[in-house]
Amino acid sequence: MPKVKMPKGAPSLDMTPMVDLGFLLVTFFILTAKFRPNEPVIVDTPKSTSELALPEKVILVTIDKDGRVFFDLTGKEIKKAMLMGMLERYPNIKLSQETVDRFAVLGTFGQPLERLDQYVKGDEKIRAALDKREDAGIPLDSLNNQLGDWIQEGYEAFMVDAQNKGFTIAQLRDKEGLRYAIKADGATDYDKVEKVIDVFRDKNIFQFNMVTSMESGDEVETAAE
Amino acid sequence: MAEIIQNEGGGGKHQKKRAKKGHVHMDMTPMVDLAFLLLTFFILATSLSKPKTMEIIYPKEVKEDDVKTKVADELATTLLIGEEDEHIFYYSGKFKPDSTVLVQTNFSKDGLRKVLLDKNQRINDQVTILKEKLLNKEINDSTYARAYGKVVNDSLAPFVIVKTIEKSKFRNVVNAIDELNITNVKKRAIIDMGESENIAMRQRIVELGLKK
Repeated sequence: MPKVKMPKGAPSLDMTPMVDLGFLLVTFFILTAKFRPNEPVIVDTPKSTSELALPEKVILVTIDKDGRVFFDLTGKEIKKAMLMGMLERYPNIKLSQETVDRFAVLGTFGQPLERLDQYVKGDEKIRAALDKREDAGIPLDSLNNQLGDWIQEGYEAFMVDAQNKGFTIAQLRDKEGLRYAIKADGATDYDKVEKVIDVFRDKNIFQFNMVTSMESGDEVETAAE
Repeated sequence: MAEIIQNEGGGGKHQKKRAKKGHVHMDMTPMVDLAFLLLTFFILATSLSKPKTMEIIYPKEVKEDDVKTKVADELATTLLIGEEDEHIFYYSGKFKPDSTVLVQTNFSKDGLRKVLLDKNQRINDQVTILKEKLLNKEINDSTYARAYGKVVNDSLAPFVIVKTIEKSKFRNVVNAIDELNITNVKKRAIIDMGESENIAMRQRIVELGLKK
């Protein structure tokens, strides 16, 4: 009787579809990943059960433990326009075009306008040193309310940009509009947060998104009952 | 794995003699390894950094008197947030320096949440019914949102006033608002603590022997 012959050697398995899928996923994740720009301060946001995501078009004011205020706005072009507006407002501060371009890609910053030139031109080390200073942060007292001016200029730059893009008022009210987020450390004194909110209030802005981190899942479950 | 099958051609007479070509094997294992390494990295890296936000709407300007005149005493609950995490107190109704007793509470499941759920029972029941309807697809999202708004803004809904001092920690304020959201208390205000309440709170802290 002839025996059934077993194939010799390693069985070959066609891995092509799996590899294809693997690369598809890699490409997807690489393209969708947004790298977090390095932040000048580490802020430990409080936890909440809220599941609202951070809006996409946003003025983000960060307040660290010591109450220093940092500012950011989404959109490179808008940031450039905002800085130009600020320079018009403060004619004694002069920045080169190159500095303005560089500022637009920097991410969150928290320096008084007088030190911005040094900050933007500096390398990582210089910036880190400037951020560590106790008097870092955007001034917001009534005599020197730079934060208010940044918000104003940021808003105006955003609106000009939105008009150029042809958004309607209804769209701006809904999803395309500018939102205001406050990212404060859990250990920040509330009066420091209130001061920032008061600056916004002066500009007739009353709705804020407080940035929080997710609370663990089980706690939310019990809360819903 | 990678197999490139050479076309043998028609096998006609005119074909030149070629070097014998079989299947060309290429070892793709390292590439695949790398691909999956990247894949793992990006999957893990993307899901980790998603900040959430909590919406808070501040009124134009709140004065304590405004709140007082608008709210019937029996509907009002006042939450006092002190400096430390343990310094969380509440009282119901109107503040009377001599007789009001501040009750210590916290932001755990059995703390403030229980108190607020109790006070807001009627409204929470209605919200639960609405949610069920939404789940069973009896009503759609926008109807739900409208009905929800109506229910929580009921004229007899409880009102919570959150009072802070300068040194109150931001996380405690966020926690308080979070509890209000969980318990469907939508009538609320955040204002600065008055002097008399601050004094009462300090006394209570000493009485309870809490860390100052």
